[in-house]
Amino acid sequence: MDRFAAILPELILTVGGTVLMMVAAFAGRRGSALTSWLAVALLIGATVALIGAPSHAGPVFDGLFSADLFASFGKAIMFPAAAVAIIAAQGWFERDSDHSSEYAVLIIFATIGMSVMVSATSLVSLYVGLELQSLAAYVLASYRRRDDRSAEAGLKYFVLGALASGILLYGISLLYGFTGTMNFNGLAAAFGREAPTLGLLFGLVFVLAGLAFKASAVPFHMWTPDVYEGAPTPVTAFFASAPKVAAVLLATRLCIEALGPATDAWRQIVIFAALASIFLGAVAAFGQTNIKRLLAYSSINNVGFALVGLAAAGPQGASSVLFYMAVYVVMTLGAFLCVLWMRDKDGRPVEEIMSLSGLSQTRPAFAAAIAIFMFSLAGIPPLFGFWPKLMVFNAAVGSGLVALAVAAIVGTVVGAYYYLKIVKIMYFDEPAEPYARPREPVQGALILLAALFVSPLGYLLIGPIGDWSDRAAGALF
Amino acid sequence: MAQLPLLSIMIAVPLVAGLLVLFVKANGARWIALVATLIDLALGALLWAGYNPDGAQWQFVERLPIGGGISWALGIDGIALVLIMLSVFLMPICIGASWRAIERRVPEYMAAFLLMEALMLGVFAAQDLFLFYIFFEGGLIPMYLIIGIWGGAERIKASYKFFLYTLLGSVLMLIAMLYMVMTAGTTSIPALMAYDFPVDAQKWLWLAFFASFAVKMPMWPVHTWLPDAHVQAPTAGSVILAGVLLKMGGYGFIRFSLPMFPEGSATFLPLVFVLSGIAVVYTSLVALVQRDMKKLIAYSSVAHMAFVTFGLFAMNRQGLEGAMIVMLSHGLVSGALFLCVGVVYDRMHTREIARYGGLSNNMPGFALLFMVFTMASVGLPGTSGFVGEFLSLVGTYHASSWAAVVATTGIILGAAYMLWLYWRIAFGVARTPEAAAMKDLDLREWWLLAPIAAAVFWMGIYPESFLRPIRNDIGRLVTRLEHVAPAGDSKLTLGKGAVHLDHGATH
Repeated sequence: MDRFAAILPELILTVGGTVLMMVAAFAGRRGSALTSWLAVALLIGATVALIGAPSHAGPVFDGLFSADLFASFGKAIMFPAAAVAIIAAQGWFERDSDHSSEYAVLIIFATIGMSVMVSATSLVSLYVGLELQSLAAYVLASYRRRDDRSAEAGLKYFVLGALASGILLYGISLLYGFTGTMNFNGLAAAFGREAPTLGLLFGLVFVLAGLAFKASAVPFHMWTPDVYEGAPTPVTAFFASAPKVAAVLLATRLCIEALGPATDAWRQIVIFAALASIFLGAVAAFGQTNIKRLLAYSSINNVGFALVGLAAAGPQGASSVLFYMAVYVVMTLGAFLCVLWMRDKDGRPVEEIMSLSGLSQTRPAFAAAIAIFMFSLAGIPPLFGFWPKLMVFNAAVGSGLVALAVAAIVGTVVGAYYYLKIVKIMYFDEPAEPYARPREPVQGALILLAALFVSPLGYLLIGPIGDWSDRAAGALF
Repeated sequence: MAQLPLLSIMIAVPLVAGLLVLFVKANGARWIALVATLIDLALGALLWAGYNPDGAQWQFVERLPIGGGISWALGIDGIALVLIMLSVFLMPICIGASWRAIERRVPEYMAAFLLMEALMLGVFAAQDLFLFYIFFEGGLIPMYLIIGIWGGAERIKASYKFFLYTLLGSVLMLIAMLYMVMTAGTTSIPALMAYDFPVDAQKWLWLAFFASFAVKMPMWPVHTWLPDAHVQAPTAGSVILAGVLLKMGGYGFIRFSLPMFPEGSATFLPLVFVLSGIAVVYTSLVALVQRDMKKLIAYSSVAHMAFVTFGLFAMNRQGLEGAMIVMLSHGLVSGALFLCVGVVYDRMHTREIARYGGLSNNMPGFALLFMVFTMASVGLPGTSGFVGEFLSLVGTYHASSWAAVVATTGIILGAAYMLWLYWRIAFGVARTPEAAAMKDLDLREWWLLAPIAAAVFWMGIYPESFLRPIRNDIGRLVTRLEHVAPAGDSKLTLGKGAVHLDHGATH
């Protein structure tokens, strides 16, 4: 029975999600608000279920799944992020005639997938979790099925995602073929016995390539801007937050637990992906006119910084990755909630960056919130976004990767340019046509909360978050 | 000492006021900002009164760990004290200067300025390495907004240039800080000032810090952001930029580069002297041919800052004390000169020198004060400029007579461009009818400029008030640098060191 107690959060979501699917199927459109709030309640319940000993039980189900602090840390970020993505959809799909209430259900299923991903200690459970998350995500991307862009986004995501899954599976098969085990510990032992053979190296590269796709790290990022732009905004908000955390944490666990002895082999790959993501994310964002595309590049850029922490390896590096993702999720969700509020007078969503022009004069508080998120994403002190960047650089310097840290920090200056551009448009330019005032107090409260978190007040949380991330990272070693 | 956490209060007052002003109308915002900055000035006076020049090195110390290796650690020595005094003295004047000149979006403007003040005070008071960095970099955001929203025609380009230039300079320093904390195992600035880093590492660390402070200072050839930023910023923005923000570079050298990396400083001393020498001559020549008043003063700032680097890296008492006085004096004088430009700009809405002339006829009060500040900038004895430049030249001479020769040409060139500027503006006949019709200073403008003039004379006639608090700290620094200080080629045969030893003892 103990092993079921260890997966209590997943059980809650699985059973609840299935029931919700029935509710959604039978209640139809009328039940959409009910399903949404029930789903939020489920996610909160699952988060609460993380507290306590059973979820730190360690490996269960013959080493397929590990309920440890590392996974709990990830889940404690992802579950609330998924709940925010559900709340973000309030008042968004209502105008669509073809909206039904499955949105929340799909998010729940994706969340179960992510939950399995961060807990996976075997290549099988890794793949199952990843696919569960991906399949739900493909449907979500094309959720507005009468909208061409949304359908295109879904198709693109599916085709490229399937390719990536294929690459990943091929890598897994190589690893299994050359080591005879799927288990992370077994892999670590195999890698530890001798210098990795060519076959093992191939397997390692393919698996990392598949994961880089999910985390949208360069050079497997091509789908990101298109999917982010085409998908409905609440879905984009979801894609940019929780699945990113899952993919990065999964990569971290795999690299450290399973491939730990081969650190030299994967470190160079991670360093390349990190620097390429940082610079491409920064440079490619220059010419963007669509705010969602811009934030897509911003997310690529940010994943690059998280990977700098991973490249550092070691407990400090893993802890910095966790810290980074925790703050990143809040900044990104805040920014996307603001994008959701960009509507013209008739309530149609606006995505042009130029429509933000002069926002500080028509809607000062709204503009201030966006400015806070932008400066924070750029990592400019005194905003809180600076601190996680400091942590990953600290880890990199601590592992002797000073050149990497220097290159990455130069990348922050390049990236600062386009974040500044948004602030410039909002504060320096003449006012454009004002947006409609949204009537979504819950979303407003969430934006306020996120803005307060990334404001200098966030520094008060350094102690507790740092403690948790240290302890969570300790679970890997 | 004082039980109150005076430094925290000084940082909190403008922060709270900065939030308050966002909720009131334009006039309320002006008054709140003025009152808040005056409160800070009063608190600064308390700080000065409470500071014991013969007491512990660090006074008014506060320490509150936040976790994750960073703590809210504040404390000041004499060097920080005088720079804090400069900041709180200039702030109310900046608010006053913006009283009528800023009409659009006043609450936001005042909020940005008050945030700026809090961050500046934080920079000078921080005793934790990362806390320092946060304050140091945080200042970019309000300054970016001030230049970009309320600046002149080219404000957007200038604001980007300012932001990205200074950010690029600073990020390398962050990596160096991380390395330092790992090596020394502490983030406390006082502890790091006494820590001896390996000599090889010192060179790299020194270069990383140099990148940041040289841009901030600014030194040739990374000074190009300054003229743009100055010209485009509103008057008060220029005042705070020239008055306080540039001093962060000099403060950085004296707080970090010199005491933490003595060997590194010695290694790169020729580099600093060469760059400073070029800056003095080159930027003075550039200043000579400017047609825009603000640009001229901006280039003169670069030249004056070169005196600071000369004095600092001479690594002897005269040089270091001189550099400190030049910083204070330049903060007052260039601030005042920008205010003077602002006074005529508010009336004529042009900064082109050729459109003015003969102002001594219709604006005698303005001409008088403008002359005082021109003379102080030139370094006339009796004004603050003389004390600083003389001391730092003496110090430079001890270190290298050639450097002193080059630096001294800067004084001559400085006199040339400043006096020529004054002649073109104040004497002769008005070149445009608008210039002839301008009214003299009103009461508000007198209130802005007269206190600065008083401070300039005070510092020029009795500099001891300002040298006293920094004397022991400079002494500690000189001791720390003793083993690497340049031997110098000047042969002091007559009573070598006698003056040096007596200095300070007779007071």
